[in-house]
Amino acid sequence: MSLLRTVELRKRFGALNACDGVNFTVEKGEFLSLVGSNGAGKTTLVNLITAHLQPDSGQVLFEERDITGLSVSERIKAGIARSFQLVNLFDGLSVFDNVALAIFAREGKTAKIAALAANDDDVRRETREVLAEFGLAAKSELMAGELAQGERKLLDVAVAYALGPKLLFLDEPTSGVSSAEKAQIMDTVSSVVRSGAVTAVVIEHDMDVVFRYSDRIVMMHEGAFLADGPPDAIRANEAVASILLGAPSPA
Amino acid sequence: MKADAIALPRFHARLWPYVAAALGVAVLISVPNFAGLYQTQLLTYGLIMAIGALGFNLLLGYTGLLSFGHSAYFGLGAYTVAFLLQWLGIRSMELYILLGLPVVAIVSALFGYVCVRHTRIFFGILTLALSQVLYSLALKFFWVSGGTDGLRVKRPTLLAGMIDFAGSGGFSRFLVAYYYYVLGVFILSTAIIWVIVHSPFGKALQAIRDNETRARFLGLRVRRFRWAAFLLSGTFTGLAGILWAPLNGLTTPDVLYWPFSGEIVFMTLLGGFRNFFGPIVGGVAFTFIKTYAVASTEYWQLLLGTVLVVLVLLLPTGIVGVLVQVARRRVPMERS
Repeated sequence: MSLLRTVELRKRFGALNACDGVNFTVEKGEFLSLVGSNGAGKTTLVNLITAHLQPDSGQVLFEERDITGLSVSERIKAGIARSFQLVNLFDGLSVFDNVALAIFAREGKTAKIAALAANDDDVRRETREVLAEFGLAAKSELMAGELAQGERKLLDVAVAYALGPKLLFLDEPTSGVSSAEKAQIMDTVSSVVRSGAVTAVVIEHDMDVVFRYSDRIVMMHEGAFLADGPPDAIRANEAVASILLGAPSPA
Repeated sequence: MKADAIALPRFHARLWPYVAAALGVAVLISVPNFAGLYQTQLLTYGLIMAIGALGFNLLLGYTGLLSFGHSAYFGLGAYTVAFLLQWLGIRSMELYILLGLPVVAIVSALFGYVCVRHTRIFFGILTLALSQVLYSLALKFFWVSGGTDGLRVKRPTLLAGMIDFAGSGGFSRFLVAYYYYVLGVFILSTAIIWVIVHSPFGKALQAIRDNETRARFLGLRVRRFRWAAFLLSGTFTGLAGILWAPLNGLTTPDVLYWPFSGEIVFMTLLGGFRNFFGPIVGGVAFTFIKTYAVASTEYWQLLLGTVLVVLVLLLPTGIVGVLVQVARRRVPMERS
């Protein structure tokens, strides 16, 4: 049984076929990369799966349950979380509170109004654990808006991870940071995700990163899948190589 | 590290609000001992406005919604007191509060339900329009509301009728007693609002303020949170109106009119909407500034306008915002 399956998923924006009958499967436990040039439909696909957009037609099945009609919050409850390409944080809240709020939301505690958030020991402990896993423990009292870009990218992933998803979509977790930081971010993210047994789908442009960390790579082109396979097979795929500018360097 | 060198005590970031609050309360309790009756009365007005502005700031500062119609809830609280007196002969302050709060809460819930379907300018215009509906009603149904003359509100009894202010000297006794009464309600309201904004619910409101999309992707039902914030906000501003009517002795449509909504916005900006204590300082400061401006010049509106322009251009974080910046520079706070 696949964790996630889309059936003939379609989405058009005017003349642009952003998602052209995509049948996408994600297996439990894998670290999957979604690649392709700009406008290939990667983010649209993630938006359709996470209910940020509604498909024109087709189905999304999560653990073989049809979730096409479910709202954002219902899909999160089902176990699908995501981060964003452009960092999406609560800049006026502390780093700690950004993660704590995700845990409160997951536990259905956000309606609690008569108790101080800081007094919830369970949430506090778990928040500290998550921040430590992402290497942000020393920054927990800073406002999220005060973090450096690389730390902001990590916090963005940490907030999504704290929702306790079974399936986590990461939309370009390393965009906008230096190459040195990229490796550091991906090391952290992949180790947390793998040790937490979370299935991850990562949209990524940097092919070095993609080949190094992925179990499987799916290449999109003009709203459809061009290639799908383990890193070695993708590296050998000529269609893929012709689309990427120049052949990928050996990892 | 510099702080250690000059032997200043380290000031912990989490502790200062409590220290500030304790000092503030101590000062407020002693005010009638050294200030005159008139100053005490002004401060009573100031504390009432502080409650109203704190309530208002639940929406502006913590939820990111700018209401231009909070006169509705303040005015409704005031008129409810007048009606309770006129129709039912109720004179107990506690009954005014107990019966007035559900009225303002229900109307806040109804108006809020409509307004939170939109954000930004559309939200602001809706709140303004709805408040002016109440204003027109108060103006046109003069046989009920007294029209522009308003309704008289007699001095109430306090603490379930235990304290009455009939007879000679009643007025000055009332002013001092009422100051402490309002101070009590003010402290209680401030404590409740403090807990609200530091609860998981309050954090969710701030998250929605900062980033609505991400808040949705935490699974938060954004509109419901905004509605709840609106209800709470209107109710606290309504409580201020309930407390205001007996002190003013008269309630007129002015407190329902949109310029009064503007004053509530002004107070909050003056004190600083990004700091919890900002609206308190703003409410008190505005009351004194306006009173002295009105007393000293017939161009008082020009004076207030100038203050507002200076505020927006030079001190966007308000009085408290500036104080915090200065304090941060002088006493480095411990972090992490």
